[in-house]
Amino acid sequence: MSEAPAAPRTASADPAPEYDLNLLLTPPQPRAGWRLLPARVIAMCAVELQKLRHDRTELYTRAVQPALWLLIFGQTFTRIKAIPTGGIPYIDYLAPGIIAQSAMFIAIFYGIQIIWERDAGILNKLLVTPTPRSALITGKAFAAGVKSLIQAVVVIVIAAILGVALTWNPLKLIGVGAIVILGSAFFSCLSMTIAGIVLSRDRLMGFGQAITMPLFFGSNALYPVAIMPGWLQAVSKVNPLSYEVDALRGLLLGTPSHLGTDFAVLLVAAALGIAAASSLLGRLAR
Amino acid sequence: MTPSIDAATDSDTGTATATGRAAAVSCTRLAYSFGETTAVDGLDLSVGEGEVFGLLGPNGAGKTTAIRCITTLLPVPAGMVHVFGHDTAKEQMSVRRMLGYVPQQLSADSGLTGRENVALFARVFDVPRKERAARVAQALRAVDLTDAADRLANTYSGGMVRRLELAQALVSAPRLLILDEPTIGLDPIARTSVWEHINAVREATGMTVLVTTHYMDEADQYCDRVGLMHRGRIRALGTPEQLREGLGERRRTEGAPATDPLPTLEDVFRDIAGSGLEDQSGGFRDVRSTRRTANRVG
Repeated sequence: MSEAPAAPRTASADPAPEYDLNLLLTPPQPRAGWRLLPARVIAMCAVELQKLRHDRTELYTRAVQPALWLLIFGQTFTRIKAIPTGGIPYIDYLAPGIIAQSAMFIAIFYGIQIIWERDAGILNKLLVTPTPRSALITGKAFAAGVKSLIQAVVVIVIAAILGVALTWNPLKLIGVGAIVILGSAFFSCLSMTIAGIVLSRDRLMGFGQAITMPLFFGSNALYPVAIMPGWLQAVSKVNPLSYEVDALRGLLLGTPSHLGTDFAVLLVAAALGIAAASSLLGRLAR
Repeated sequence: MTPSIDAATDSDTGTATATGRAAAVSCTRLAYSFGETTAVDGLDLSVGEGEVFGLLGPNGAGKTTAIRCITTLLPVPAGMVHVFGHDTAKEQMSVRRMLGYVPQQLSADSGLTGRENVALFARVFDVPRKERAARVAQALRAVDLTDAADRLANTYSGGMVRRLELAQALVSAPRLLILDEPTIGLDPIARTSVWEHINAVREATGMTVLVTTHYMDEADQYCDRVGLMHRGRIRALGTPEQLREGLGERRRTEGAPATDPLPTLEDVFRDIAGSGLEDQSGGFRDVRSTRRTANRVG
C-alpha cells in the first residue's frame, strides 16, 4: 500500500498560504504543577466576564427579583416588626439574605449550563484539552462565583439605595466577595453534581426548582434560626446558605456572627462540591 | 499489495501504513460498549504520521465512539489506543496536548466572539500571554475569519462556525487533528471551503488528520487512506483508489464486462456492508435498539 493518494486534493494545486503561520507550528510549553489550576480558573472566569460584557440582559433581569424582595417583603416586614432581628430594621436584616439568595440562584443554573455545553459539544472539546476534570469544575465553580459577585454588587447597590445601613469598610467588602464566591462555588458544584447524575436538562430543571426553595426557606436568610421549629433548625444547620448569610450579615451589618466557622464550612463545602462534580463529569462526557 | 478488504480479520493490517511512517494513532483490538450495544468491536487501526485518514461508515458504525476513545473522552483499558506512542489510558494529558479536536456538533460558544472562542483554547493549552494575541490572530487568519473575528459567533454561518472550530483546534499547534463529521449539515460550497482550509493548514503544518465522514465523495477526494467501518470494525482499508480498483478487479474475475465503469467508494462500501452483515460474530442485535442508540454511538 505505498501508492500515492488516488484523488488529487484540490488544495494541493493551490499555492501555499502566503500568510504567516509560524506560531501554529510550535506547541505551547505546558504549564506544570500548581500553576495549571489557577490558569484554568482564570480562563473560565474570563469567558464568563466576556459573555457578560456582550450581553448584560441577565444582569438586569436578575436584579428585578432581589429588588422586589427588598422593596416589598423587606419594607412591609420592617413595618410589621414580626420577626425578631436583634434591634436592626428588618430590611437591613434581610439584605444579606437576599444577596446570598440571588447568588445561589445564579450558581444553581450552572448544572443546566454544563448540560447545554455537553449537548453543544463545547464540554467535550474542553475535556480534550490538557485540563484535568477537577480543574475544569473548579474553573466553572469560580466562574459562577465571579458572576454571582457582580450580581451581589448590584444587590448591595439596590440595598444601599433603599437605605440599608451597610458597611463600606473595604476589608469587610473583600470578605463579602470571598464569601459570595465560596458559596456560589458550592451551589454551582451541587448543581453540576446533580447534572452528572440526572444527565438531562429537563430533569435537572425539576431538581433545581425542588432544591432552591427549600435551601432558601430552610436557611436564616429571611428569619433567625432561633424562631424555626426544631426540624427546620436541623435543616438550617446543614445548609451552607445559612453559613453564607451568617457571614454576610456579620461583615455587612456587624451583627454577631461566627466568621471563622462560616468560612471553614463554606470552604469545605466548596471543596466537597468540586470533588463530587468532578467525579461525575465523566458521565456527562459519555 | 492488494487492498486488505478483510482487514478486520487480519490484525497486521492495523499497524501497516501507506507511508511506512511512525503511527500517529494506533488502535489494537479497541472495543467499547454502551450497555448491551457494542459500538466498537475489536477495531484495529493505524494512522501514519502526516497522512489524512478517513474513517468512513454509516450512522451507528462506531466511528464517533472510536474517535471518542482516541480523544480520551471514553475510558478504555491500557494498551488499546496509542497516540504518537502515548497510551491514552495512562498518559491522558500528554495525548491531549497533541490533539486538536472538532466534534460533530457546531460547538463554538455563541455568546463569545470568534476571537474570544479561539483565545479560550489558547488559554487552556497554556499559550503564554505575550504570544496569545498573535497566535489567535494567525489561527483566525488560517481559516479566513480575520474580518469576522470580533463578531459574536451567533452571527456566523454554519461553514464559518466550522472554520472557527478549526481555528480553535489549530491554535495549540496539534500534531493530530481529529475531525468528527466536519462537513455534516453544510452546503456544498461550505463543505469545499472547510476541506480546502483543512488541506491548506495541513500542508503548511504537516499535521496528521483523522476525519470521520459518511460522505464517500469527500473521502475519495481528500483522504490519503480510508478505513471503511461497519458494525464497530474496519472492514476495508487502503487508498480510495486501491479499494475501488480492488472491487473492480474482483467483479471482472466474477464475470463483469471489462467495459463496466470503475466502482465508486460507495459501491465498495455497499459491498463491504453486505459481507459485514453476514460475518457478524457477536450475535444478532436488535435493529431497533441499534437505531435508538445510533445517535449516541454515531
